[in-house]
Amino acid sequence: MHPLSTQVVNLFAAALLLIAFAMLSQRRIVTLINLFAWQGLALAGSTATVAWATGQSHLYYSAGITFALKVLLLPWILHRLIRRLNVKWDVETLINIPTMMIVGIVLVIFAFNLALPISEFSRSVARGTLGIALACVLMSFLMMITRSKAVPQVIGFLSMENGLFFAATSATYGMPMVVELGIALDVLVGMVILGVFLFQIREQFDSLDIHHLEKLKDD
Amino acid sequence: MNVEGVLAQLAALVAALVLAPLLTGWVNMWRAWLQGRTAPPLTQPFRALHKLFWKESVMAHSASPMYRAAPYAVFSCMLLASMIVPTISTNLPLAPAADAIALVGLFALARLFMSLAAMDVGTAFGTLGARREMLVGFLAEPAFLMVVFTASLISSSTSLATIVASLAHRELTILPSLAFAGVAFTMVSLAENARVPVDNPATHLELTMIHEAMLLEYSGRHLALMEWAASLKLFAYSCAGLALFFPWGIAEANDRVALAFALPVVVAKLAAGGMLLAVIETVLAKMRIFRVPEFLATAFLLGVLALLVRILLGA
Repeated sequence: MHPLSTQVVNLFAAALLLIAFAMLSQRRIVTLINLFAWQGLALAGSTATVAWATGQSHLYYSAGITFALKVLLLPWILHRLIRRLNVKWDVETLINIPTMMIVGIVLVIFAFNLALPISEFSRSVARGTLGIALACVLMSFLMMITRSKAVPQVIGFLSMENGLFFAATSATYGMPMVVELGIALDVLVGMVILGVFLFQIREQFDSLDIHHLEKLKDD
Repeated sequence: MNVEGVLAQLAALVAALVLAPLLTGWVNMWRAWLQGRTAPPLTQPFRALHKLFWKESVMAHSASPMYRAAPYAVFSCMLLASMIVPTISTNLPLAPAADAIALVGLFALARLFMSLAAMDVGTAFGTLGARREMLVGFLAEPAFLMVVFTASLISSSTSLATIVASLAHRELTILPSLAFAGVAFTMVSLAENARVPVDNPATHLELTMIHEAMLLEYSGRHLALMEWAASLKLFAYSCAGLALFFPWGIAEANDRVALAFALPVVVAKLAAGGMLLAVIETVLAKMRIFRVPEFLATAFLLGVLALLVRILLGA
């Protein structure tokens, strides 16, 4: 294995982790979508690097799908969505950002410790990055838990899928092509359904704050 | 300790004393150009120092001896700091006296003296500035330490000279941990040197100021020493950053050829860094004081991430 490719994959993994933290602390929805696009780009880059390093040609396809879907299509849909929902410049009040950061660090340490014994078994080019992938998934969970608006929650869901995809590539050189295509399609369809859902939420409650959903019936 | 080491140390001392105000002037010049103003000459800080040294120093009646001693203490802390950071050569007789952690301590000592002196006279502005300085300092220090620890882990030493020697001579590998640490260090040095997103160095008598608020009561030679110390602090931080992240060009022990090239290389690197600082200060707006903890928490986070990536990924 070429040591340079391991370094490049590590670099992309570190970028993914950094973007996950940036998303956790970002208030503006527009910036959040751009960060999501950057995360997709880092993911596509790392997948292409693994493909180049291992000669697994099907990974090139999945890198291409990732690029088309997560860097171009989904951010475009999201941008269009927030323009039509008129929430483009919405600023969300978050709970104390430094606290979120510290919780994020704890999650990263937890994920690294959890992944350490698993990655011992893996023979792949970037087995150290499994912990980072797990940390990305956990941080997307955290983002979905702490956000109160619907659009950031959708972005959290999508970025969680990014983390899972990264785990699959780094630990096992990717899933079979059929599965990957299926997941890509699922994400796309899920996005469309969630888009419709967002319009419904706003029509019902005049806001995208999901706390309104906690009540089962009108008072 | 040998003659060569002593000479290198003396050269570093002179370079720090001369280059520090020049660096401040250089940054001010670029700031003026980028903002479309006519720039003051490069030697403007020297002229200001010259003017202040010849002026009478006025003291408040309520000032204690602490107030009188603080400028000298702050100045010597900063001078010592810029002498233990390898600028020209790693062969420094003073370097074993203090490692990178002690360097952070030196900055803290200077900050302590400065804040005490600012509170000493009892004006509202001084106290306000001192409190804010302490807030910024106590948040910036752990982030700085994390950066130092990352570099120490990579080179397995906390001595700055050893860190520089081992970082400059490894084969070229991509280290994400150093990239994180570099960003964290930049944020910390912006905060510590009272630069734009945290404090505006060009303001006097504004409610938002931090560093200048502490100097309001000083005049004459005391003010000159404080200003010079501030320049030295910027110089020491810049050199520490260059030593940790761009260590190429700093001469080793017994390498006379490299020693001859070291000074121009350092000047070129500082010039590039100063331009970058001016660009950062021009494109960013000063943030609210209550956002500063967030800014520095991000720096701390990046430092911790660098450390974690280094430990767990080995990269």
